[in-house]
Amino acid sequence: MQLVLEKRAERSTTIALISPLIAIGLTILTLCIVFTVLGKNPIAALAVYFIDPLTDGYSLQEIAVKATPLVMIAIGLSLCYLANAWNIGAEGQFLIGAVAGSWLAVKTQGTDAGHWVLPAMLVLGAVAGALYALIPAICKVRFGASEILTSLMLVYVADLLLDYLVRGPWRDPQGFNFPTTAEFDPVATVPTLIEGGRLHLGSIIALLVVAAGAVLLGRTIKGFEIRVVGAAPRAARFGGFNANQLVLLTFAISGALAGLAGIIEVAGPVGHLQPGVSPGYGFTAIIVAFLGRLNPIGILIAGLFLALTFIGGEQAQIAMKIPLDVTKVFQGILLFYVLACDSLILYRFRLISTSPKVQSGAH
Amino acid sequence: MKRTLFAAAAAVLLAGCINSGAWAADKLKVGFIYLGPVGDLGWTYQHEQARQALVKELGDKIETTFLENVPEGPDAERAIEQLVRAGNKLIFTTSFGYMDPTLKVAKKYPNVHFEHCSGYKRDKNMSTYSARWYQGRYIQGQIAAKMSKAGVLGYIGSFPIPEVVSGINATMLGAQTINPNIKVKIIWVNSWFDPGKEADAAKALLDQGADIIMQHTDSPAAMQVSGERGKLAFGQDSEMIKFGPKAQLTSILDTWAPYYIERVKAELAGTWKSEDTWGGLESKMFEMAPYTNMPDDVKKMAEDTQAAITAGKLHPFKCPVVAQDGKDVECKGGDHLEDTQILGMNFYIKGIDDKIPGK
Amino acid sequence: MGLIEAIILSVLAASTPLLLAATGELVTERSGVLNLGVEGMMIVGAACGFGGAWLSGSIIVGALCGMVAGILMSLIFALMALGLAVNQVATGLALTILGIGLSGLIGAGFVGERITPAPHLHIPGLSDIPLAGRILFGEDGFIYLSIALVVGVWWFLYRTRAGLILRACGDNHISAHALGYPVLRIRLYAVMFGGACAGLAGAYLPLAYTPFFIPGMTAGRGWIALALTVFASWRPARLVVGAYLFGAVTILQLHAQGAGIGIPSQFMSSLPYLATIIVLVLLSRARTGGSTAPAALGTVFVPDR
Repeated sequence: MQLVLEKRAERSTTIALISPLIAIGLTILTLCIVFTVLGKNPIAALAVYFIDPLTDGYSLQEIAVKATPLVMIAIGLSLCYLANAWNIGAEGQFLIGAVAGSWLAVKTQGTDAGHWVLPAMLVLGAVAGALYALIPAICKVRFGASEILTSLMLVYVADLLLDYLVRGPWRDPQGFNFPTTAEFDPVATVPTLIEGGRLHLGSIIALLVVAAGAVLLGRTIKGFEIRVVGAAPRAARFGGFNANQLVLLTFAISGALAGLAGIIEVAGPVGHLQPGVSPGYGFTAIIVAFLGRLNPIGILIAGLFLALTFIGGEQAQIAMKIPLDVTKVFQGILLFYVLACDSLILYRFRLISTSPKVQSGAH
Repeated sequence: MKRTLFAAAAAVLLAGCINSGAWAADKLKVGFIYLGPVGDLGWTYQHEQARQALVKELGDKIETTFLENVPEGPDAERAIEQLVRAGNKLIFTTSFGYMDPTLKVAKKYPNVHFEHCSGYKRDKNMSTYSARWYQGRYIQGQIAAKMSKAGVLGYIGSFPIPEVVSGINATMLGAQTINPNIKVKIIWVNSWFDPGKEADAAKALLDQGADIIMQHTDSPAAMQVSGERGKLAFGQDSEMIKFGPKAQLTSILDTWAPYYIERVKAELAGTWKSEDTWGGLESKMFEMAPYTNMPDDVKKMAEDTQAAITAGKLHPFKCPVVAQDGKDVECKGGDHLEDTQILGMNFYIKGIDDKIPGK
Repeated sequence: MGLIEAIILSVLAASTPLLLAATGELVTERSGVLNLGVEGMMIVGAACGFGGAWLSGSIIVGALCGMVAGILMSLIFALMALGLAVNQVATGLALTILGIGLSGLIGAGFVGERITPAPHLHIPGLSDIPLAGRILFGEDGFIYLSIALVVGVWWFLYRTRAGLILRACGDNHISAHALGYPVLRIRLYAVMFGGACAGLAGAYLPLAYTPFFIPGMTAGRGWIALALTVFASWRPARLVVGAYLFGAVTILQLHAQGAGIGIPSQFMSSLPYLATIIVLVLLSRARTGGSTAPAALGTVFVPDR
């Protein structure tokens, strides 16, 4: 027996809609088996993972907070990937954005600087992220150096730069030399939206970014160019589209969004610059981009969904003492199911027999 | 068991929230936030050991929960708040980076008590606790100076924060009482936990002529390398003799259990108050592993020093402390440096031929 | 033992896991498949390798367990990326998440245990030659195995018909398919080889480097191995240079610190990465026509029927 894929003549809209449901069904089935083996009640476990976080305002806010940077970065990455430009260094661009914006926050600390500080920080973060992303883009366009490698390498450099700054020049003078800046002033902090909660302005910005991404891809010539260059490079050349220019453009946009997400995270939920401001957002966002099928609305849903599994995983640790490693395994399996079911949109799966057929007939 | 779980599940589906479940409402809920995995053999492992000891001691009155591998970033505040919302009334946050998140949550929930390890910000419902490990480092310095043939110590640092810098200084102050010309070579690995890199650093130090390895990182890699090379070493956080039976001289053991038990008892009795606990050998906030692989006279010396520190007769940072530039450090604490000077230590003492990174 | 010799020995040991994992990934990528899950396969290899050695008491059994674990992980990847034509970048990242979780579960039973590390070779006479003897004949077997593996891969890729076919699949799967080669099957073998190498590389850490298992002990080496294959522009000889260069910069910056050379350690730590970027740019400039990446790298192939 052999599994064979057959390309569908056209994308199946029905399957596009039901494939996530199949994936969730399979995941639930797997989870039931795993939890039964672990001696936990599968229904209770499922409720903790998927239902509880959706039933109270606090958890919903936390899901939005967690999804905000993921969605913002993933929108930018999706533009790159659609244009066949492989930016996998969003983590570094995120950190550089955080560093650049924090520079202003640190410099204006304790002064009577007005409300221009936060907007200026956001601009700085976005510009720095874009410039940092342009390094691998230029290396690729100008020298032909693989952007996969250079963008990944620059992640470590950004991480170490941030580390150096908060342990040296920008360290909180009253902080006993611990590696963090002082808490940012109120004018340098992203405001929260709901009293007592953590939901902040950044989530609104993320929604705007989703909308902008949808318009760019669906309604503009540039968006069309991006998709053509990625899907049919030869046709794009004949059409006179400049692929190099698009590499620079998409890298700059995705860098800017990652940088913006970085400074929002630092000036919002964290409140100061410190090592480890990103628990791997830049890498997780790559998965979000693909889970969302490189489509802005899809990315929004995927980001919220992944955030749900993080929050649910923590609640499972608390309520049912399910180890974190089980949550990781489960996240991995879930991603596999979702990705595999997405394959159904483009292909038809068929099992065929490969063993030589026994010829019946006269001897 | 099955039945209660099932009932709980039903309750979840009906009430929509497992956290408001009625079971174990009479027990005090105590939560822990861990930086690493519980199996890291070092920092988090020791906190987990203490939690288990706590359960053993007071298990009939309390219920404990932990969240492991919680990064010191934007996720920390949520993790702590999740524990609060799950009904935990006393929460231990066990790494420096949880300081601001703990404070934020503490302000939001004035009726929940928090214990933050190794920080300096407090509130009326948030205590801090840490240990005077520098006392142990001083003893180790004396042992190292006695045992070193080359007169060169190798020191593996994680990050140049005051706790680590004061540890290096205390080591050298101890060592200089035995051998005024003792040298130290310092390598920073910029990580608390990377066994491969820690092993590389230990090899580099040994190759450069150091013959005693001391570490302020969390894995037993350096101990293992020292043992393999037939050299001596000191452990960190936990008992590491298994990884260097012929190498370990002693180890600074984080023993949080007595503190945890005391604080939980206070909580149960309703006498919990916000405090700043910085305990040393006298309060058993840490202990020294047995003195091994050394002659009896060295062992005797180490025990005497330990007794003197425990009795308060000897302070490792006894004035005058001479800084690298040859000037005496201002003596704010009477006959020894004040606690704040040690907590914020950002200079090397005379005799260390190196510079603090980032300074 | 002189300082230079000692440094060379440390560099050899530090580079070996990188070289092993990168060699496997090189073959995988040469067949046109980008598997970003090296870190995940390595950490599972580390957990299973240690478990196998601890239970059996044999380093060789441990190494085999690590390889088998790596292969099993790579099969998951192959099922997704080859069998179901799923995007390879996303699958690889998901594989790493899965691997980190799995290794934690597998390794939970072994935490705090230790084994006797892989013995160093000793060939009487040869190993005692001053300077070179210890380096050439006196280290643990994995180091020499990794070299042999690279030579073998070079020979396979450039001197055998099978290697030619494998490269053809990576450069143009449509032509290869048209010529009648089973593209997916060849890629499956290449992915499995990559998994075996990554598993072995992971197992090297607890078997020879630091003889105990701790969750997360690969500490990002899988990512560096990925970078190395690109750095080497997919050529085995350059891979050796790259792996040892990377190991050397890592070790030398530690030595520079020990010698009291006062450069910020963050700057020193970032050197390998900056060096990689610079060398890559120089290499790319020296060539005409840009990258030498396998042309079909990372693209999905579904044979027509």
